[in-house]
This record gives sequence, structure tokens and C-alpha cells, in this order.
Amino acid sequence: MTFAYEFRWSVLWQHPYGEWMLQGIWTTLTLGTICWFLALLLGIIVGTFRVTPWRPLRILATAYTELFRDIPLLVQLFFWYFAAPRVLPAAIEQYLYRQVPNVEFWVVVIGLSIYTSSRVAEQIRSGVQSIPPDQFFAALSTGLTHFQMYRYVTIPLAIRIMIPPLTTEFLTTFKNTSLAMTVGVLEATFMSQQIEAYTFRGLEATTAACLVYLVITMLVVLLMGFVEKKLAVPGLIARGR
Amino acid sequence: MGAFDWKVIVDNFSFLMRGLGMTFQLAIIATIGGLVLGTLVGMARISSRFYIYYPATVFVNILRSIPLILVIFWFYFLVPIIAGRPLGDFLSATIAFVIFEASYFAEIIRAGIQSIPKGQMQAAYSTALNYRQMMQYVIIPQAFRNMIPSLLTQAIIIFQDTSLAYVIGLKEFLRSASIVDAREVRSLELYTFVGIVYFLICLTMSTVVKRWEAKKGKMR
Repeated sequence: MTFAYEFRWSVLWQHPYGEWMLQGIWTTLTLGTICWFLALLLGIIVGTFRVTPWRPLRILATAYTELFRDIPLLVQLFFWYFAAPRVLPAAIEQYLYRQVPNVEFWVVVIGLSIYTSSRVAEQIRSGVQSIPPDQFFAALSTGLTHFQMYRYVTIPLAIRIMIPPLTTEFLTTFKNTSLAMTVGVLEATFMSQQIEAYTFRGLEATTAACLVYLVITMLVVLLMGFVEKKLAVPGLIARGR
Repeated sequence: MGAFDWKVIVDNFSFLMRGLGMTFQLAIIATIGGLVLGTLVGMARISSRFYIYYPATVFVNILRSIPLILVIFWFYFLVPIIAGRPLGDFLSATIAFVIFEASYFAEIIRAGIQSIPKGQMQAAYSTALNYRQMMQYVIIPQAFRNMIPSLLTQAIIIFQDTSLAYVIGLKEFLRSASIVDAREVRSLELYTFVGIVYFLICLTMSTVVKRWEAKKGKMR
């Protein structure tokens, strides 16, 4: 089988295109990192609410996670970008669109952080619930206060148990930043398609963007595998190899 | 600031529903195709033969590290080159979804098969079943029952993922809404409506999954 297509990889390092790609990678990395930290913060709060003994708080947190998990991220981003500003007074809306530099970027930060936080909250809840309740009784019976129990027993255990699922969530967040292209954030995926628009070299540009995500994912997996081994809870069955 | 005006939804209802139909069509094909391909890849992932194990592992790990949006673009550019002529957005989106979701299904299937105690396999072999018979009659049916909640959850994710076909212009639900929006300029109503519809469908499906899990828990 012969392809009627000649590859021309050189477009990727020709004058403006190589710089575009690097800029895109940089935006992807900053966007992913900002969203991840916000999502972690928000997710821990909501996740804690989900296991609190106080029922109204629990219901509220459950509603939050269900709402943001059951709507596709792309729809949420469109909502935040196109629909939500419409409920603001016209003056503020005009100001946001005309005056704020990089408004798309910050809209995606809001949308992606909220979406991811609902997933993180679920991981936190299942992490806390995976600790056998005996641990709590044992801690309390040795005379620790509730606060000390959380500080010295529950949280150190839960964090270490949650490292693998949270790593997966981080990688998902990082991959999800690619959706930011649909509202015009100039990240790696957007740049690859812009190179396509200028050069008609769609396959090369898209492959290059794929490689970017692949390499970053592999680096994170390697790093977190190392961290996981260092922090493994003795006596528990290690996940994976 | 405009008040909610739901007339735009009523006026364009049949157009929007055709988009939703396209979303369902894509989701169903992607789920079935992904499940079939994913089962093969998942079985290959636990093969003891390296020339079966390694390609399957590489396939799964690469696809799981790449955003779906790029996989969609990639097949969008690749399919016409292989076919020699344009084959349309739907076909290239379908191929991308089947292959992408297969890599996620493969991991669920692998974990499901590995959850079956080894004794089952040895017992099957000792009754003189061969590998195919053992898999078909003993391991897969049991593994499948354990996997049903994860498989259904993945089906919900696929249903949400199909919204990404928006990027290549496929007229699924979200794209239909944005087409209407371009004409009527009623973003608030349209995207709120899209969100509510997705929410209700996914919530229904995930409630079914939870019921199933609870029932299964009781049986044990």
C-alpha cells in the first residue's frame, strides 16, 4: 500500500511554527499546574464535606460532585465562556471581554478547576473511607483528641493511599487542558491546529502535539512511581509493579 | 443582561434533538466497538507471549497518555490519507472513538480477568478445556459480572466524551447548539439547556450503576 502523502516534518522547526509550538507547550504546562492546585484545594474541601457527620453539608457536597461530574467538560467550558457572562451586568461583561487580557485562559482555569475538584473530591472520599474504622478507635483509645487523630493517624494514611489515584487525576487534568483550544486559549493543541491551518501539514503537527503529551505523561508517571515507592504504607499491598 | 427566553429551545427543538440523536449514535457505536476491540487488547495484555503482550501494552499506554481531542484530530487527518479520499466526519470520529475507548476498556477487562482466582483456571484446564474454551466458558463470564459497574461507568464517560467530536465539526448535540447560537445569539439558554440534558441523562445512568453495585454487594 502506498500513501499519496509526503511527510514534511521540517515544518515543525521552521521559523514561526517551532516557536508557536514551544509557546503552546508553556501555556499547557502553566494552565495544567494552576488548575491542578486549585482543584486539589477545592477538592479537599468538598471531599472532607462529603465525609463529615453533619448531614446538610454532606448533601451539599454530594450535589456539587454529581452536578459537575455528570456534565461533559466541554459543555461546562462553553457554559462558563459563552453563557455565564450573560447573567452579569452588561458593563462588567464588556469589561471582561474587552479589557481583561487572556480572559479565555482564566475562564478555563475556573471551568477546569471546578470540574476536576469534583473528581478529586470523590478520590478523597474513597481514600478516607478506605481506612479501616479500627484505626480511628485505636487512635482515640490511646487518648488522642479528635484533632490529633486526624493530624497523626487519618491524614498521613489517607494521603499516602490517595497518591496513585491523584496522580491519575493530575494526568487527566493535564490532558483536559487540551479542551481549552475550543475557547481560544493558545495551548499546545491549539498551536498544532494553527500550524495545520498555515501549512496543511495536519498529520505532522498533530503527531508532534501527541508526542508532547506522551513525553510529559511518561515523566510524571516515572516521578510519581518513585515517590509512591518512597511513601508506601508498610503492610499494604502495593499497587501495580 | 437578558432574561431567560426559552423560545429559542422550542423553535429549534427538532434540530437540537437530531444532534442528540447523533450523540447517542456515536456513543453506542463507540461503546460496542470499543468493548469488542478492548476485550481483545485486554486479553492480549495478560498474554504470556511477549510478541502479543508488548504491542498491546504499548497501544494501551500510548493512547491513555494522549488527550482524546488529539486522537480525533489525528484520525481526521489520517483516514483520508489511507483511504485516498475524504470519508466524512462521522466515520473518522467513529474510528477515533473506537480505538481510543478500546484502550480504556482494555484496562477494565484486564483488571476483571485478573480478579478471578487462579484456581478457576487450573480447574478449567483439569477438566480438559483448551485455552479458548476456558476463557469463553469459565473466566470471561465471571470476570464480566465483576466488571459490569466499571463498564457502565465507562459507557457514561464515552457518552460525555462524544461532545469532543465538536472539534471536527460533527453535528452532535453541542455542535448543534453552537450552530443555533451562531444564528440566534442566545448562549445562556442554549448551553444551559445542553448542560441540563447531559446532566439528566448521565445522572440517570449513574444511578442505575449505583443500584446495580448495591444489589451485587447484597448478593455476596
